[in-house]
Amino acid sequence: MSPLIKNIIRGFVLLLVQLFLIKNIPPLHQFIVPYLYFVFLIWLPFRITRMMLLYIAFAWGYIVDVFYHTPGLHTAACVVMAYLRPGVIGFLLPKDSTEWGNEEPTRVTMGQVPYAVYLIVMTLVHHTWLILLEWIQFGSFFYFIGKLFATAAVSLLLIFVTDLLLRRNPSRR
Amino acid sequence: MRNVFLFLRRYSIFITFLVMQVVALTMLFSKNRFHQSYFGMVSNEIAGAINARVNTIEAFLSLSDQNNLLREQNAVLLSELPSGSLWADSSGLIIQDTAWIDSVKTLRQYVYFPAKVISNSVFLPQNHLILHRGADQGVELNMAVVGPTGIIGTVIQVSKNMSGVMSLLNNESIVVAMLKKGSGLGEVTWDGNDPDVLTLSKIPKTVKAVVGDTVVTSPYSDRFPPGSMIGKVINVEQDQETNTYILKVRPAVNFSNIQHAYIIKNVLQGEMEEIKKKFKKE
Repeated sequence: MSPLIKNIIRGFVLLLVQLFLIKNIPPLHQFIVPYLYFVFLIWLPFRITRMMLLYIAFAWGYIVDVFYHTPGLHTAACVVMAYLRPGVIGFLLPKDSTEWGNEEPTRVTMGQVPYAVYLIVMTLVHHTWLILLEWIQFGSFFYFIGKLFATAAVSLLLIFVTDLLLRRNPSRR
Repeated sequence: MRNVFLFLRRYSIFITFLVMQVVALTMLFSKNRFHQSYFGMVSNEIAGAINARVNTIEAFLSLSDQNNLLREQNAVLLSELPSGSLWADSSGLIIQDTAWIDSVKTLRQYVYFPAKVISNSVFLPQNHLILHRGADQGVELNMAVVGPTGIIGTVIQVSKNMSGVMSLLNNESIVVAMLKKGSGLGEVTWDGNDPDVLTLSKIPKTVKAVVGDTVVTSPYSDRFPPGSMIGKVINVEQDQETNTYILKVRPAVNFSNIQHAYIIKNVLQGEMEEIKKKFKKE
């Protein structure tokens, strides 16, 4: 399957899971409201241009906002994450983006530890901005910190499980 | 001029990023002014159509629960019918009185429209519902929305075929309420934490509030029919600074499981608002 079609399908499947499954699950606690849809932006190929990445992030954030009735909240968080993504990848893997083929960030292409760090950093960036904006409208500092770490932990768990389920690991195929 | 273009080209990504952030944050923080037009936008109509589709599946899965709720409500309504009760025998002399107005005729103040819930949330700081009934079917702004077991919220946005409802679980929602057993004008709000706990404040300490008291809408509410169920008191706390209680209330409606709702039109709302306006002018 061509990388373009694969990514489009994956993007929409993750949206469906987020909007019609995760959104309807009662939370374990008020601090734990996990998000999964943004992992699509994390898994886009290395080669994608920064401008393209920003546009995709804006579009995906906007779709989620429309369904969550929070105009701008997820859009802002996704755009920040997309803007910082090339920097984080460059820091973890000192290699120019043009040197890559169609590879995506996986455990194999990045290595176990850098890949884990990459996922954690991107999730924290997204959640920090999202929950910070929520906190400004509403809530206390304790709410911010508690919700940030609890939600990020559960989101990361979901991401790692999805990663294993989809077997995004070329060597095993 | 050339330098300007060079600058724009060099920082084009950063500038795009800034523009996107500003657009997103403007949407987020100018919500009240922006919301009305936002709700009517094409993207929301599409989202509504998709939600309606998915909702048919969810509705099917929770069919039996919803049937039971409606059946219980029907039982209550049927027992209210005149045929179900006997009139006291007051036979005697019938005197024709000379009143100008037929004092037996009742004036209908509230009209109920049924509506289907197609989108709902309870886990966010500001929760909204979307109902599949809009301006074309007679919905207007500020109408009340109630469920089979209690009140749900207020219509704050209307588009052609859908209406957006601010539920009680919204930190901007205020409903005028009282304890059923005694008067006292209070306000029901939500602190945004637990979807099972509302706050009822401004009830004076002259009323003895205890755990288990029923909280209903006040007759002074301009949209809800008086005495509509809101919930039950689960915790009583005395406010040290003022002479009032802070009561925690468990809502009668299970907000995570609403499929059917009624939109209520208060026929007299327009007249009430006119009088209020006159007060303000004076």
